[in-house]
Amino acid sequence: MLDPEEGEAIRAVPLRHPWRALIAVVLVLALAVFIVDAAQREDYGWAEVGKYIFDKRISQAALVTLQLTVYSMLIAITLGLLLAIMRLSPNPVVKSVAWLYLWIFRGTPVYVQLVFWGIVALIYPVLTLGVPFMTPWVTVPNDIFLNLFITAVIGLALNEAAYMSEIVRAGLLSVDEGQEEASKALAMSWGQTMRYIVVPQAMKIIIPPTGNEVISMLKTTSLVAAIPLSIDLYGVSRGISAVTFTPVPLLIVASIWYLLFTSVLMVGQHFIEKRFSRGTGRRKEDKPTAGGDPSAVVGSTAGDGPTTAALTNAPAGNDAGGKG
Amino acid sequence: MTGMTMVLADRVSKSFGANKVLRSISLSVDAGEVLCIVGPSGSGKSTFLRCINHLERVDAGRLSVEGQLVGYREKGGRLYELKPKEAAFQRREIGMVFQRFNLFPHLTAVENIIQAPMRVKRMSKAKATARAMELMERVGLGDKGDYYPAHLSGGQQQRVAIARALAMDPKLMLFDEPTSALDPELVGEVLDVMKGLAKSGMTMIVVTHEMGFAREVADSLVFMDGGVVVESGDPRQVLTAPQHGRTKAFLSKVL
Ligand SMILES: Nc1ncnc2c1ncn2[C@@H]1O[C@H](COP(=O)(O)OP(=O)(O)O)[C@@H](O)[C@H]1O
Ligand SMILES: [Mg+2]
Repeated sequence: MLDPEEGEAIRAVPLRHPWRALIAVVLVLALAVFIVDAAQREDYGWAEVGKYIFDKRISQAALVTLQLTVYSMLIAITLGLLLAIMRLSPNPVVKSVAWLYLWIFRGTPVYVQLVFWGIVALIYPVLTLGVPFMTPWVTVPNDIFLNLFITAVIGLALNEAAYMSEIVRAGLLSVDEGQEEASKALAMSWGQTMRYIVVPQAMKIIIPPTGNEVISMLKTTSLVAAIPLSIDLYGVSRGISAVTFTPVPLLIVASIWYLLFTSVLMVGQHFIEKRFSRGTGRRKEDKPTAGGDPSAVVGSTAGDGPTTAALTNAPAGNDAGGKG
Repeated sequence: MTGMTMVLADRVSKSFGANKVLRSISLSVDAGEVLCIVGPSGSGKSTFLRCINHLERVDAGRLSVEGQLVGYREKGGRLYELKPKEAAFQRREIGMVFQRFNLFPHLTAVENIIQAPMRVKRMSKAKATARAMELMERVGLGDKGDYYPAHLSGGQQQRVAIARALAMDPKLMLFDEPTSALDPELVGEVLDVMKGLAKSGMTMIVVTHEMGFAREVADSLVFMDGGVVVESGDPRQVLTAPQHGRTKAFLSKVL
């Protein structure tokens, strides 16, 4: 394919970008001015920041925030999967129920929902099981909502489930119909088809936005003040500043902790994404030794480097692998 | 071979809404026989295959495999629709190979093959894997067991798909244009595997445009057009001396 003799190499004057350089300089200068100014400004109270950043009360509260995030996300993902499957159900009633859930929980502010869960024990003091308008079979006091931490987890999870169900649904719909059909033709049940064939493939689509939801949830936990729960990171730092009259340093302390957690989550997300895009294999690069083999059939008899052969062959055999 | 009837279709009809896709299809396939179905695109060939393993429901007529009604149970002169579980049980005996392979892209070739034996037949992983290796050997891919589908050529993928269907020990294999998505130079390797399968006595229904294959391997040939069987019989006879104008017109285009 290559000519035996190459043409003359191009030696041109590269295009200059004077505006880019200018904008960069202005931005860097502005940032430097801001930092120098902030370092000297009284209100930021950097000494206070240093004093409270590793305060025991703060780190405990940070742990509570983490727990709120993890528990509510786990429930939200499970419930979201259930809602997504309900929305894809052929049964119109089941479908409508899922839609109604979505409509309510996505259509009202999470802050309002949290206030509601905070007072729900007053509206429903007892839970009953039985036939309407008859003496109930079972009556239990509705005291689960007396535990404000559990109330917060429930409130956050129920709201988040609505968003997760949309993410899961998009993931399930992204899997080619032929996959379900092939699985069905192999006599696998609907449940097996979902569990072993459809859901694993949907994960590639589901994981990146779910990572965003986790990061978003970490910050949304600060709204549990609406319940009112005040043992989380934001609640505790506000509590401290109410006593010390130094609100700004404690806002900075809380922000630093939030930033630390979101940064760790972003790194984690990066690795999980990488893992799930492997296996389904877009490229052969990560396995250079095996890469030479397929050429036996696809046919590259010319003795050019094995890596080049693998790279050009991979897409050729790919037509049905489905670029989804 | 034994003369036992494997598939019997008696005036089978099927519509999608107002679109009548199959109109009174009648045919029978004996055990060990290879039937090829040819016909223009949209004539209902795929739909007919999908009806045989109840991926689609038949509207009228009777369709049975090994004397068992597909998708229904007859009791006291009435038909009862089968539960999904019972329909799945009927499919265990029927293998299907698709035009677009439909391999599971997140699983290696061997993992593709062992799914159904493990999940449906509750076979141990070790046993299923050993069997999968055997089948990979049989379709000429003994060394490709741990390859993901995306790393295999189209022809190799389709051979894995055939091995995957064979892993359930089917009595009947359905092929829906198994070579239509392949580059021309890869068609031969898939047809060779299918020829071997036919020789081993497998009952096969093959929708194909490969007239050479039909002539060489098929015991009988059906020409479908507009949802009806226009002509059927010995493949050499139908291909060389078609009786109907529509068959002639179609063959003149593909041959
Ligand atoms: N799931 C479906 N819903 C509605 N119409 C369908 C469906 N499947 C197939 N059809 C229609 O049925 C007709 C026959 O299709 P098909 O059996 O795929 O033909 P062939 O395989 O011979 O090309 C076509 O008109 C097609 O549009
Ligand atoms: Mg078709």
